[in-house]
Amino acid sequence: MAAAAGEAAGGGGGSPSSARRRLRIISGHLRGAPRAPGRGALSPSPCKAQGGSAGPASGSIPKKRQELLKWNGWGYNDSKFIFNKKGQAEFTGKRYRLGGMILPTFKEWIEKTFGASLEHKTTSRASLNVNDVPPSFVNEEFLQDLIATKISYSQDAEDRVFRAHGHCLHEIFVLREGMFKRIPDIVVWPVCHEDVVKIVELACKHNLCIIPFGGGTSVSSALECPEEEKRTIISLDTSQMNRILWIDEKNLTACVEAGIVGQDLEKQLAESGFCTGHEPDSMEFSSLGGWVATRASGMKKNIYGNIEDLVIHIKMVTPRGIVEKNCQVPRMSTGPDIHHFIMGSEGTLGVVTEVTIKIRPVPEYQKYGSVVFPNFERGVACLREVAKQRCAPASIRLVDNAQFQFGHALKPQVASIFTSFLDGLKKFYITKFKGFDPNILCVATLLFEGDREKVLQHEKQVYDIATKFGGLAAGEDNGQRGYMLTFVIAYLRDLGLDYYVIGESFETSVPWDRVLDLCRNVKERIVRECKEKGVQFAPLSTCRVTQTYDAGACVYFYFAFNYRGISDPIHVYEQIEKFLLNLASKVLSTSSEAPMLLRRAAREEILANGGSLSHHHGVGKLRKRWMKESISDVGLGMLRSVKEYVDPNNIFGNKNLL
Amino acid sequence: MATAAAAPGRARRGAPMYSKELTSKKRDEFEDILEERRLSSDLRYAMKCYTPVIYKGLSPCKPNAIKSAVLQSEQVQYVIKQLAKEMGESPDIIQEEATEILDEMGHRMQLGAVRFFAFTLSKIFKQLFQRVCVNEEGMQRLQHAIQEHPVVLLPSHRSYVDFLMLSYLLYTYDLALPVIAAGIDFLGMKIVGELLRRAGAFFMRRSFGGNRLYWAVFAEYVKTMLRSGYAPIEFFLEGTRSRTAKTLTPKFGLLSIVMEPFFKREVFDTYLVPISISYERILEESLYAYELLGVPKPKESTSGLLKARRILSDNFGTIHIYVGQPVSLRTLASGRISRCPYNLVPRHLPQKPSEDIQEFVSDVAYKMELLQIENMVLSPWVLVAALLLQNLPAMEFELLLEKTLWLKGLTRTFGGFIEWPDNLCAKKAVLSGLTLHSNIAQLVDGHVVLNDKGVEDGATGEIVFKRALAILMCATYRNQLLNVFVRPSLVALALQMTPSFRKEEVYSCFSFLRDVFSDEFIFFPGISLKDFEEGCFLLTKCDAIQTSQQEIYPTDKGSVTVSFLSAMFRPFVEGYQLIFRYLSKETKEAFTEKQFIPGVRNFVFQLLEKGVTQCYEALSSDMQKNALAALVQLGAVKKKKMSNGFTYNVNQEAVSKILDMFDARIPVQKPVAARL
Repeated sequence: MAAAAGEAAGGGGGSPSSARRRLRIISGHLRGAPRAPGRGALSPSPCKAQGGSAGPASGSIPKKRQELLKWNGWGYNDSKFIFNKKGQAEFTGKRYRLGGMILPTFKEWIEKTFGASLEHKTTSRASLNVNDVPPSFVNEEFLQDLIATKISYSQDAEDRVFRAHGHCLHEIFVLREGMFKRIPDIVVWPVCHEDVVKIVELACKHNLCIIPFGGGTSVSSALECPEEEKRTIISLDTSQMNRILWIDEKNLTACVEAGIVGQDLEKQLAESGFCTGHEPDSMEFSSLGGWVATRASGMKKNIYGNIEDLVIHIKMVTPRGIVEKNCQVPRMSTGPDIHHFIMGSEGTLGVVTEVTIKIRPVPEYQKYGSVVFPNFERGVACLREVAKQRCAPASIRLVDNAQFQFGHALKPQVASIFTSFLDGLKKFYITKFKGFDPNILCVATLLFEGDREKVLQHEKQVYDIATKFGGLAAGEDNGQRGYMLTFVIAYLRDLGLDYYVIGESFETSVPWDRVLDLCRNVKERIVRECKEKGVQFAPLSTCRVTQTYDAGACVYFYFAFNYRGISDPIHVYEQIEKFLLNLASKVLSTSSEAPMLLRRAAREEILANGGSLSHHHGVGKLRKRWMKESISDVGLGMLRSVKEYVDPNNIFGNKNLL
Repeated sequence: MATAAAAPGRARRGAPMYSKELTSKKRDEFEDILEERRLSSDLRYAMKCYTPVIYKGLSPCKPNAIKSAVLQSEQVQYVIKQLAKEMGESPDIIQEEATEILDEMGHRMQLGAVRFFAFTLSKIFKQLFQRVCVNEEGMQRLQHAIQEHPVVLLPSHRSYVDFLMLSYLLYTYDLALPVIAAGIDFLGMKIVGELLRRAGAFFMRRSFGGNRLYWAVFAEYVKTMLRSGYAPIEFFLEGTRSRTAKTLTPKFGLLSIVMEPFFKREVFDTYLVPISISYERILEESLYAYELLGVPKPKESTSGLLKARRILSDNFGTIHIYVGQPVSLRTLASGRISRCPYNLVPRHLPQKPSEDIQEFVSDVAYKMELLQIENMVLSPWVLVAALLLQNLPAMEFELLLEKTLWLKGLTRTFGGFIEWPDNLCAKKAVLSGLTLHSNIAQLVDGHVVLNDKGVEDGATGEIVFKRALAILMCATYRNQLLNVFVRPSLVALALQMTPSFRKEEVYSCFSFLRDVFSDEFIFFPGISLKDFEEGCFLLTKCDAIQTSQQEIYPTDKGSVTVSFLSAMFRPFVEGYQLIFRYLSKETKEAFTEKQFIPGVRNFVFQLLEKGVTQCYEALSSDMQKNALAALVQLGAVKKKKMSNGFTYNVNQEAVSKILDMFDARIPVQKPVAARL
């Protein structure tokens, strides 16, 4: 299942009529891929498109994912960071605002931050070596049964490999350098709920293993196939189940097939003037079913809520049958909410096929903003106060100094002397006149949404609070760039990998009073672990407070380091490479084995500081080892007994969570 | 959680934290810091530009700012509100009380006072001591540590000079001056108390277990300084000056306070720095001996201090200060501490530490003391004292020289840190020791004799007292060897007490002795078997014993060593026997501590007068208290807290039984460890 990795993608303007424009930009990559006519029309009739494997792909993600998306990295094939002939950094493609722009200071930042040199490059192999791919074992009887259902399927090596992984560092590393030990034997593309029912029935009949696959953006090793799985593994790709079945304007709900990816959902709803407002960072690629399966969180949850607040009704196909509620109501008191067995079940119980989700009219007005604080402590105090007064805008985030500097490095070449003069003036005002230390200050980015008048009022309230904590308004542009930053960062890892810089991100949630200690300690732990592992150049170790709640916050960490700058380069380089590959194979072999040591150390640190195992990425196989500690023996037993009842033969055998 | 019951002989979680390096390790070189003082102006030194190395995360603040931060802290405010509610008082009144406590407690560190001390102490130290030697590498390690994380300095405590010297040292090396936990009794001294306060001392009451407000204010005061990295925090694990020069068993209160910010992750890490300060001649040596014999310690007073100035004309030899490797608390705690309890309660609420945490704190305390012991410098005189005490009343000088050299070898084999320059011959070393300690022993007609002047005339009582005084003073120096020797020696003793050579029986006896002496010497808790193995290993290393699969027996040439080692600890065995005898027969079943000490002292005194025993050391109140504490731990005596202190109830039968085991009349009955 797709994990909703992080928060929303950004881009878009701050002008009154910007809602549409923003959506256009978010979905800008659709240019040149016109939608199939008729797909926009809403139809409650199920499974209209049953037509076997040749049915035209209607959503953004084709069956052949690799035709659109990188097979060994993040995002679209045409979008990536490169160093051009002049040695300047540049972002290619036209999908994003940053596309085609030169980033003059970025190279220097990389060299300074990682001690990396552009002369030392390592490149991934150009394409997958099909000969290395484990063969597909599929029982002939099952295949006959499957063909009889007319559901599209494939045993092609590439199709199978590209559904054997998510986007953890070690998974990408394996794609670039090695091969997974176990991958799905067959990929199936159901186009509707009934197709899924048939597939699950067949899997039960033949005792096969199903691993549901949505957007493939998991960062918890949730999609890796358990190596010891001897049965045929079916990758159930939901990407072709992507229709909005109906929209109910009276109750403001929409019933949607679970395979739809975020951008298509928003785009299609927008045609009727609605949105869900659920915007995880991965929304271009992650799917509705994946959000449900991982308990996803969206950037604008302050207005729209997280996935558990948005969902009204879920239909899930399990080996026991179909689970759903009998009505579509805002709340009911009928024992523990069965939705909560489904949300966060990470593909271990069944396949989510249809979801009724809350919708809202597209907001009239959007405005970005930013505030500079003299230091991180003041910034956190301000966010806490905003949360206390319950006046958080759609999104409010606080990035630490390192991330602020990183954002600065991604500033495109300025168009005119006048802008550059203005920038200089702003900088002078903040650092010289106000006395902020550029190596300590930090920035909060804001996104307001709603009626124009209310937004302006709201904006004033938030800025007033910020002033009390020493904050200075720093403009819309900085805010907007901040949101863009979180979103291109995923593309950056691929660039880093080419220059021996490896990076990873992780998140947690933590009570307010521990936010500062947790941030400091986790960052320090990363620095220290790197030092102990012989990494010569101090790593980039940075965090941002990315969501606020009444009782705490969600914190997002990034770390990255240059694994070349090590005392004994050749030896250690080999060592780390081996180490990463070993690790990858270990994770694949026994799912409970340790993933990357560093991330593990960081997670240990988080837990010791009173943070949670995960705020929204989920557990997968990567964080299973801490589940017992997280929810107690009895809690784990409760979940196990649900699994045992729903799926006694472990048909949904991806081994996540439990 | 399963019930991992803390059974006797506590089964500990995880790998034992303490394991001693048995191969003689390389230690740092020493530098004399007084040398430069003798060459250049003290005034200029006192007025030098002092820009100390400080903690990287420090935001500078004044002592008063700390006090108000403490007062306003959630922790203290919570307790104030609780107490107000319980006692029906207004919070303001309790707040007022807290302010008073803080004013009494708080330091007021001032550079002026520091400079005053820098000047006067230079003068005094030069007068008193020949050399003050410091391992400079240790100072460099400390310098790094101070910048990185909050630092806790844990020096050994033998003299009031300890903390003065340590601050003086940090000033000399341009390091942040520590704040020092001092006993409240110093405040009784006019001017001096205030001076100390300005030099960074803060004052704690001797006992405040029941006073929740005091505890909250004190703990928060210490933690606030630690968290902010305001200054290194210095205190004495031993709690008080050891009157016997033996390391005292650790106190846990302050240690658990300084560890808490790490447990709660308010700091990333905390460094604990063991510091060993050893004196060739202890300033308070005769005071201590009087005190041990029951002549009360003079109250700290300024006039007393002035009277004591005559000692300025005396020579107290060399001081060695060994600053140990800073120990990362994070490293110690890794894998040992369950984080749950701290995550489920708001961090400002007072929380009784869990059993796990208490056990961990105790382990750390013992580990730190053992590290202090490991790096404690031993002077040649210490060897002389040990030999002399086994050869009373006099010892032939030549024999003494020969034996001293032999003992030097043995001590080094056991890992003792003897400072004996390569080119120094035994004669010179012993003679210089005798000169320095002429009040204890003298060379008369080719014999070294104990200096118990006035023995010939006077009543027997007085003779016994004088004698005891001399012996206790001498013992103070021998005692410095004991913690280095205790493991092999207890094996040697066990060998002599056990009728057979069977390993299990020797081990049971060893283990029994280790339990009995657990307050007398420093043993890391719960590793009896490891200690036994270490003792056997060291004895094998010096060819004193041989071991087979089942048996341990002394070698022919090893008998000298074995009997020397057991004789070294004989005074303790005999002393404990006397004290146990007193408890099993001579006393009422219930008594207070105040009754116990004089009672047992009289008992021993009479036996000495009659000449029934020669064990003068049994007069030491330190030994008497330790013996009683051992019985409490063994369950033969019940200790009860009453309004006016502790009351003890003796199970006389149980005591006689222990006594019988001690006298080796009945075999030690202890469950034998599964595998040897």
